[in-house]
Amino acid sequence: MDINTVPQDNSSTYANNKKAIYAKDEDGSVKVVGSSGWEAEEIVTKQALSDLEEMAHEAYCAVKRGERSSLYYHMYAIRMDLQLLSDATGFFKWTIKRDFQPAVFAKIKEKRLQNYAEVMGKTVQELKNLPKEEYECD
Amino acid sequence: MSVTKFEHKHSAHCESGVVSSMLRYYGLDLSEPMVFGLTSALTFAYLPFLKMGGMPLIAYRTMPKAIIKNIQKNLGVKMKLEKFSNKQKGEERLDQLLAEGKIVGAQTSVYWLPYFPEEMRFHFNAHNLLIYSKEGDNYNISDPVFEHSVVCDKASLTKARFTKGVMAPKGLLYYPTYVPKELDLQPIVKKSIKKVAKTMLNTPVPIAGIRGMRYLAKTISNLHKKDKRYAKLFLGHIVRMQEEIGTGGAGFRYLYASFLHEASVMFHNDTTLQEASDMLMSIGDELREFALMIAKAIKSKKDIEYDAIAQKLNDVADQEVKLYRKLLEFCSI
Repeated sequence: MDINTVPQDNSSTYANNKKAIYAKDEDGSVKVVGSSGWEAEEIVTKQALSDLEEMAHEAYCAVKRGERSSLYYHMYAIRMDLQLLSDATGFFKWTIKRDFQPAVFAKIKEKRLQNYAEVMGKTVQELKNLPKEEYECD
Repeated sequence: MSVTKFEHKHSAHCESGVVSSMLRYYGLDLSEPMVFGLTSALTFAYLPFLKMGGMPLIAYRTMPKAIIKNIQKNLGVKMKLEKFSNKQKGEERLDQLLAEGKIVGAQTSVYWLPYFPEEMRFHFNAHNLLIYSKEGDNYNISDPVFEHSVVCDKASLTKARFTKGVMAPKGLLYYPTYVPKELDLQPIVKKSIKKVAKTMLNTPVPIAGIRGMRYLAKTISNLHKKDKRYAKLFLGHIVRMQEEIGTGGAGFRYLYASFLHEASVMFHNDTTLQEASDMLMSIGDELREFALMIAKAIKSKKDIEYDAIAQKLNDVADQEVKLYRKLLEFCSI
């Protein structure tokens, strides 16, 4: 990359930060240039974010309809999925899936709930509830 | 070990950035590209069986902690790595090391670091940063991928150090216990270049090196058989692994090109190395074009030309073959 072509696209995903790129100066030496963003990277980052956002939205409405427990929504809200949650808690996937059932989750043991709360960076109270008006549902 | 005043430097990659800043602090002035090059950190691997968020791992550099490992092996630096089974012990040990005047490297999860932009916070557990002092309950941190040093509160840092799951940091802290003063770098440069070239050209497994690139290209060609939503996520994932996580595929190529330029100066302006540096700079540009092709395909409503995208990656692989042959030429002299 040439130092004059380092992209400066002010990507929102960078939040006014700069990323270091090694680029070639006119005299042939290579130095660090701060890039304020790049369109291509912004597109794929936002694609991943909107995919996660969509999951969280769908989960939110499923919880509202009473089909899933609040745990299901919180997992997606912190950008996790079943695999990540299973890795982080050490719980088997099938047991986590059971906790997605409102009836099972309502009777969950305090210790297990604590483990979820700890891993997900939430209080037990937060985990048991759905935040108000986060998303619109039909 | 003598100590200089700590200075934050903006780097392209977290691990090479931390190690470079750390060694400079203890009197061994090696640039980030030098650290990256001397530890043979450039590579390629496509691991379809190792999933992150349901998507395969695509790496443009060696595994996390390989730089910390190889800087010891290749330069004779001695590092102490400490992991903790208990959060409180991990916190206390960090404070103790800082009180002794050390600067300390740590492995963390990006998601729990509050100073990261909201839109960049994903569950990636192998992010390296350098803690250089403590004020009250806040830590002053030199995070190499940020332009300036940052501040992080104790609770968040602990959370980030003790996240569980794949590549869990287990509170990992590291710091040098011995740093050599004088080094004859020339033979180490040669040896480390040879290692990269040989690994990339002669890998015994089809998922690494040039073969890994071609394998990924083939997978892209076959995406038309898959559902379009998945295909787009897969393509987007390739670019995210390339550009967003850490410094990216093109970024690592530029970083190594910078190393090759420094090496050419070290070898009395060696022309083979300088040509190789220029070649790798253009390869980085091509990888960025590849990323841009994908980004456009994702946004467009039209059919995706998978073969054209795959072809671009195969072109990059062809270019890299030439590059590594050139590097072997240099090593044989």
